[in-house]
Amino acid sequence: MTGFDIMFYVIAALTLFSAAVMVFSKNIIYNAMGLLAAFFGVAGIYVMLGADFLAATQLLIYVGGILVLLLFGVMLSQRFSGTEMRTGTLQVVPAILVCAGIAAILLRMIWQTPWQKVEIGAPAPTTKTIGTLFMTDYLLPFEIVSVLLLAALVGAAFIGRRDAR
Amino acid sequence: MQELIATLQNGQTFFASLPPAILTLIFMALGAVLFATVMALNALVAVYAERKISAWMQDRLGPMEVGPQGILQTLADAVKLLLKEDIVPAAADKKLHMFAPFLVFAAPCAAFAALPYTREFVFANFDIGVFYVASITSLSVIAILLAGWASNNKWALLGGMRAAAQIVSYEIPAGLAMIVIVMQAGSLNFNAISLEQNGGIFHWFILRYFPFNLIAFIIFYIATLAECNRTPFDLPEAESELVGGFHTEYSGFKWSIFMLAEYAEMLVVALVGAALFLGGWSSPFGSFMNGGAWGVFWFAGKAVFIIFTHMWLRWTLPRLRVDQLMHLSWKVLTPFSFACILGVGLWMLI
Amino acid sequence: MQVGLTHFLVLGAILFCLGLLAVITKRNAVTVLMGAELIINAANINFIAFARYLDKDIDGQMFGIFVIVVAAAGAAVALAIVLNIYQRMRSVNLDEADSLLG
Repeated sequence: MTGFDIMFYVIAALTLFSAAVMVFSKNIIYNAMGLLAAFFGVAGIYVMLGADFLAATQLLIYVGGILVLLLFGVMLSQRFSGTEMRTGTLQVVPAILVCAGIAAILLRMIWQTPWQKVEIGAPAPTTKTIGTLFMTDYLLPFEIVSVLLLAALVGAAFIGRRDAR
Repeated sequence: MQELIATLQNGQTFFASLPPAILTLIFMALGAVLFATVMALNALVAVYAERKISAWMQDRLGPMEVGPQGILQTLADAVKLLLKEDIVPAAADKKLHMFAPFLVFAAPCAAFAALPYTREFVFANFDIGVFYVASITSLSVIAILLAGWASNNKWALLGGMRAAAQIVSYEIPAGLAMIVIVMQAGSLNFNAISLEQNGGIFHWFILRYFPFNLIAFIIFYIATLAECNRTPFDLPEAESELVGGFHTEYSGFKWSIFMLAEYAEMLVVALVGAALFLGGWSSPFGSFMNGGAWGVFWFAGKAVFIIFTHMWLRWTLPRLRVDQLMHLSWKVLTPFSFACILGVGLWMLI
Repeated sequence: MQVGLTHFLVLGAILFCLGLLAVITKRNAVTVLMGAELIINAANINFIAFARYLDKDIDGQMFGIFVIVVAAAGAAVALAIVLNIYQRMRSVNLDEADSLLG
C-alpha cells in the first residue's frame, strides 16, 4: 500500500460519498454542496493522474463557474417563505435497479478487458505541451470551441432575459 | 520541499528512521499550522493598523485605551467576539450556516501554499502556481452565496448574490492581467517568475515593457480590490444599504471568521501582486540584501505596502453603485486588459 | 492491490451510474442538470485515465479540456432555459412542463 494508493482511496471515497449525498438528499442546496465536493474529488483524481493543468481548469470552470451558475439557478427559481426546498423523487426503486444493472455491466466489462500496458513514466508538467498542442494539432477544434462559447454566451443571455413572452 | 526532506533523512538518525510519507505529513501539518498562525497574526495587526491609519487620516487618534497606544485593542475585540452569544435564526439552515464562514476562510488559506517566500524554499512548487491561485480563490464565491442563502434573510441573500456577481465579474480582468505577466516570464511557476525579476528594481516586471505592465498592474490592483469586497467595492457588506450584506445574521465567532477571511484574502492578493509585478522575494538593490531570509523580508514588505494602499483607498474613495461596479469591470477593465495582452504580445514579437 | 487503470475506470463507472440515477429520479430541473454534470465528469475521468495509462502523449487530456468547455457552454444554456420556464410557469417541476404549445 503505497502513499499513492492511500491517496487514491481517500479521494475516491470522498468523491463517491459526496456524489451519493448529491443524489439521495432531498434538499436542493445539499445537492449543490455534494456536487461541489464531488468536483473537488474529481480535481484530486486528475492530479493523481498527472493532469495538473486540467485539475486547475476543473476547479476554475466547474467550481467557480458552473456551480455558481447552478446555485444562482436554484436561488432564482424558488418561491419564497414556505417554499418547498425539498425535491421529490419518482419511482426510486426501478431507477435504482436499472442503474445497478448498468453499473454491473460496466464493471464486468472493465474487469474482463485485457488492457494493454504502455510504459508510463513519472507525471510531467503538462502546461507547455497543452499550449503547443492547442496551437498546432488542435487549432481547428480550438477555434470552433471559441465560436461555440460565443454562441452559448449570446444564446443564454437572450433566452434568460427578463421580459420573456 | 522534497530536497528538505531528503537532506533531513540523510542527516539525523531520528528523522531517517521515519518513512518519507510520515515526514511529508509532518511537514504538511507544520505548514498548515504556520499558515493559520500567520493569518491570525495578520488579522490582529491589520485590524489595528486599519483603525490607526484611518484615524490619522481623519485627524483623530484611534484606539488608545487598551495597552500602550491601543496595541492590545484587537486582542480585546477578539476575546469579546469569542464570548458573544452565537445567534442562529430559527428558520435558517443550521448546518449550512455553520459551514459557510469556514469555507470562506479555507479559500485564501489554500492559496498561501503556492507563493514564493524565498528563493530556496517553497512549500508547494507547483508548475501551475498562478493558475492554481486564480482557481482556488473562486471557492470564496460559493461560500459567500451559501452564507447569504443560509441566513434566510432577504437582505443577506441580496448581499450574497451581489458579492458573487462582483467577484465573478472581476476575476476576468485579474486573470487577464496575470496573463500579461505570464507571457513575459514564460512560466506559471511563481518561483520562476520571481527569479526572472531578480537583480534590482529595474528588472521588476512593473517597470518593463512600459506602459503595458504598469496598466496591467493597475488593472490587477483594482480587480483584486473588488475581489476582496473592499471599499470602494464593498457594496455587498454596505452598512447603509443592506444592513450587513451577507454577514447580517452572523454574530460572535462566525462573524470574526468572516473578518479573518477578508483580511487573509487581502494578504493573499497583496502577496500575489507583489510576486507577479513587484519582484517577489528579490531586493530592489540588486544583490545587496538579497537571498535567503532577506527574501521573506522583502516579500512581506512589498505585500504590507500594498495592504497599506488598500487601507488608504478605503478612506479616500466613495462606494461604487452596483451598476457602476459592473460597468467598470466589463466595459473598462476587460477591454483594457485585452489591449495590454495584445500590446505586450506584439512588442515581444518585434 | 496496486492502483492501476481499472481502479480509475471503476470510479468513473460508479460516478456515471450515480449521475444517471439523479437524472432519472429527480423532479427539479436544476437537480437533473446537476446529475448531467456528474455524468460528464465521470466520462472525463475515463478520458484522462486512458491518456495516462494507455498513451504516450496527452491527447486524452486535450479531449478532456474540450469536454469541460463544451459542458460549461451546455450548462449555461440549459440554466437559461430553466429560468425561462420558471418565468412562464412559476415552477421548475419537470412533470408540469408537458405542453409543446406556448
